[in-house]
Amino acid sequence: MTSETGKQISIRNAVPGDMDIVIALDVGQKEEKQAYWQGIFDHYVKRGRKDRIFLVAEVDAAVVGFIVGEVRAWEFGSPPCGWVFALSVSPRFREMGIGKRMFDEICACLKKIGVATVRTMVDREDRLILSYFRGMGFRSGRYIELEKQIV
Amino acid sequence: MKLNKASMFALMAVLELASDPERQLSTGEIAAKYGISTHHLAKVMRDLVHNGLVQAVRGVGGGYRFSGNTQRTTLLDVIQLFENMESKLDIPQGMATDLPILAELKSIATEIDDLTKAVLDTITLETALKSARQRT
Ligand SMILES: CC(C)(COP(=O)(O)OP(=O)(O)OC[C@H]1O[C@@H](n2cnc3c(N)ncnc32)[C@H](O)[C@@H]1OP(=O)(O)O)[C@@H](O)C(=O)NCCC(=O)NCCS
Repeated sequence: MTSETGKQISIRNAVPGDMDIVIALDVGQKEEKQAYWQGIFDHYVKRGRKDRIFLVAEVDAAVVGFIVGEVRAWEFGSPPCGWVFALSVSPRFREMGIGKRMFDEICACLKKIGVATVRTMVDREDRLILSYFRGMGFRSGRYIELEKQIV
Repeated sequence: MKLNKASMFALMAVLELASDPERQLSTGEIAAKYGISTHHLAKVMRDLVHNGLVQAVRGVGGGYRFSGNTQRTTLLDVIQLFENMESKLDIPQGMATDLPILAELKSIATEIDDLTKAVLDTITLETALKSARQRT
């Protein structure tokens, strides 16, 4: 499919060789995250389970974005539902519809597995990600995240 | 959360005009559609023009047209032109403000304000209009 700017966008399942580019696309502490992403690739890419979904977006055959999610069941008493817990689009390729394409695709995968709700959790100060999920149709859900300092 | 009349009228007018940026509508037409006071809306429209969200179109059939950015303007951007969304605790003058219970009440009010802001400041006009269209 072609983006609003005429670029060729395709979405595919991630493969182990995508790890370095995914780490480069991730925001935040790269060093600490190497082990994190290794674990995610082991669980979400190498095991090949249908209920764990890791997609990447390509523009002209180069990876420019990723989205990761899965089906979780009965946590906090909730029936099975989809979770999106990581996503990013390369700054140079933002606002071209790639985030939306990846979200539509992960929802299609989740629907195929049979879940009807998708959830996520966002830092309330992060206007960009919040606006993005709002744009994808998210509203406040029925669960509230609570936390407490224990030090 | 209780929005004042001006904010509500502004949200209605801005969303109505933004739903079709090519179209111009008079204050009377907007007021009639939403069943609100033309007089009060007229004042709100002047503030919206002043802040660049709408443009006054002169001449016969004149009115207002949306002139902002639907993808960047949030509901809070509109509301804040008319009111401050921070909770006001009605603390009487002269009352000791360093009491732990008052501090706790203030902290709860801040928690509510932060959540309100996280909602209103991340719904763009475009997103609100998209959801509204799905209701028809
Ligand atoms: C959020 C993000 C994934 C969006 O990707 P994108 O490809 O630019 O998104 P799209 O172009 O598909 O836009 C989809 C919707 O998101 C919203 N959006 C995107 N960028 C926006 C911005 N700068 N301001 C406000 N809303 C925005 C809009 O609602 C947009 O829909 P619209 O075009 O119909 O208005 C991207 O900005 C990003 O990677 N941000 C950093 C991610 C991050 O911090 N990840 C770490 C935590 S997991």
